[in-house]
Amino acid sequence: MAEAGLSSDAAAAPAAPTRRELYEARQRRRSVTIAAASTALVLAAIVVLVPLAPGWEAVQRSFFNGEVFARTFPGLVNAFVLNIAIFAWCAPTIAILGLAVALCRDVRAPVLFPLRMFGALYTDIFRGLPVILVIYLMGFGIPGLGLPRPWNSPYLWGSVALVLVYAAYVAEVFRSGIESIHESQRAAATSLGLSDRDTMRYVVLPQAIRNVMPANMNLFIALQKDVALLSFIGPVEIFRQAGVYKSLFANFTPYVGAALIFLAITIPATRYADYLLHRQTRQRR
Amino acid sequence: MTAKLSLKAVSKSFGHNHVLRGIDLDVQTGQMACLIGASGSGKSTLLRCINLLEPIDDGAIVLDGQDIAEPGLDPQPVRQRIGIVFQSYNLFPHMTAVDNVMLAPARVYGRSRAALKAPVTALFERFGLAGHMQHYPDQLSGGQQQRVAIIRALAMEPEIMLFDEITSALDPELVGEVLDVLRQLHRDGMTMILATHEMGFARELADTVCFLDAGRIVEEGPPSALFSAPRQERTRAFLSRVLT
Repeated sequence: MAEAGLSSDAAAAPAAPTRRELYEARQRRRSVTIAAASTALVLAAIVVLVPLAPGWEAVQRSFFNGEVFARTFPGLVNAFVLNIAIFAWCAPTIAILGLAVALCRDVRAPVLFPLRMFGALYTDIFRGLPVILVIYLMGFGIPGLGLPRPWNSPYLWGSVALVLVYAAYVAEVFRSGIESIHESQRAAATSLGLSDRDTMRYVVLPQAIRNVMPANMNLFIALQKDVALLSFIGPVEIFRQAGVYKSLFANFTPYVGAALIFLAITIPATRYADYLLHRQTRQRR
Repeated sequence: MTAKLSLKAVSKSFGHNHVLRGIDLDVQTGQMACLIGASGSGKSTLLRCINLLEPIDDGAIVLDGQDIAEPGLDPQPVRQRIGIVFQSYNLFPHMTAVDNVMLAPARVYGRSRAALKAPVTALFERFGLAGHMQHYPDQLSGGQQQRVAIIRALAMEPEIMLFDEITSALDPELVGEVLDVLRQLHRDGMTMILATHEMGFARELADTVCFLDAGRIVEEGPPSALFSAPRQERTRAFLSRVLT
């Protein structure tokens, strides 16, 4: 029946949905219904079952206390300004150092071999260590040298530790970007008489940096979270401030508040990175 | 008369793969030499060697009496005198057509964009692309991209132009516009070496045609002789395969 209709009406009524479109619409309705039903079921289970747990009353009091939340939230936001400040000076330093290390690893002249080895060694070491360990070693070790103020600040050396570790990852990302540029681009630039330096600066790097933009975005989102690790060596940023409030009020709600503040920054940033990545894959097709 | 460019016993191998096994070739000023032969016969490698993109193992490449394949010689000034255009265009995708063309003269010769504007615009006009100067490569057709690539090489004011199968990646209806550019350059007296599969074009314009097989020039001669009365069996076999 449908086939007979198709063969006679296809030309006459271009607006009518095709057999395939009808089928796909049916499939879509079906999957939307299933997704909605299963989501509702899971939510209902959480809402009904969790309060039935024996400790729910106690958890609610110590993690979701409205009064404590209201009194500590402004202080947490204030402390988060320090996180942003640390991030703000670490991020550009990391980008520059990471790029420099990536370029070290790409040098081809034999005289510069030590530079190349330094690049490889650097990325191997700092990617091989837990971030918190580097922060401890630098944050406690270097101020121990007895340097004069401000060079003995754990705030400073903790940030330096973050920069060193993250620059190693960023360098690897940049390097993969540089290697993703096809050799024919270099050949074209070289054949025009451009020097290696100009080829890198005007032909390879602009393309490479654009290609690895989403990957680097993800690293910087991770950095935003890892700034909280500095709390272990002193600076009163949001995580440490939450800890102070926890002791003050004998209540865990400030941690929930801190989590919400982090998410307010990281979720939009993650979505944006995904959007960039998505746009790029679409362009390549 | 001494040749503009002359290759003497040029050989090149990649590992155990002998791609060029002693190539001798003279190209006079204003001449067009066509290299024909099956894929893998060494045409592309020969062009890349002349442009010093690949170092040769043995032999000499003499440009105006100077051996440019001399080990230790700075290749950069030589490359400025020899332009090359590739099969896959290799335009810089992040720059507009005009920036693609201006980059090398600006950086290598230190010319300002203002000084380059007039000559570069003239080149775009000459090859029918005046309306596309501000377009990015992905906004241009294959034929237009290849013409921009030719303009980019010409902007360095080379003395010799090398063309590496520049029409092979094009849709058939776009081949003509690129070949027209070559005709124009030939008329203007540019010295050119082409690796090509366009036998009709080689026959029409080439001053000399070389048939390459397994890294050697098997036969060389004016197109009238080589295409109508090939002396070598291998040349005959190749031509009968491609001229069907």
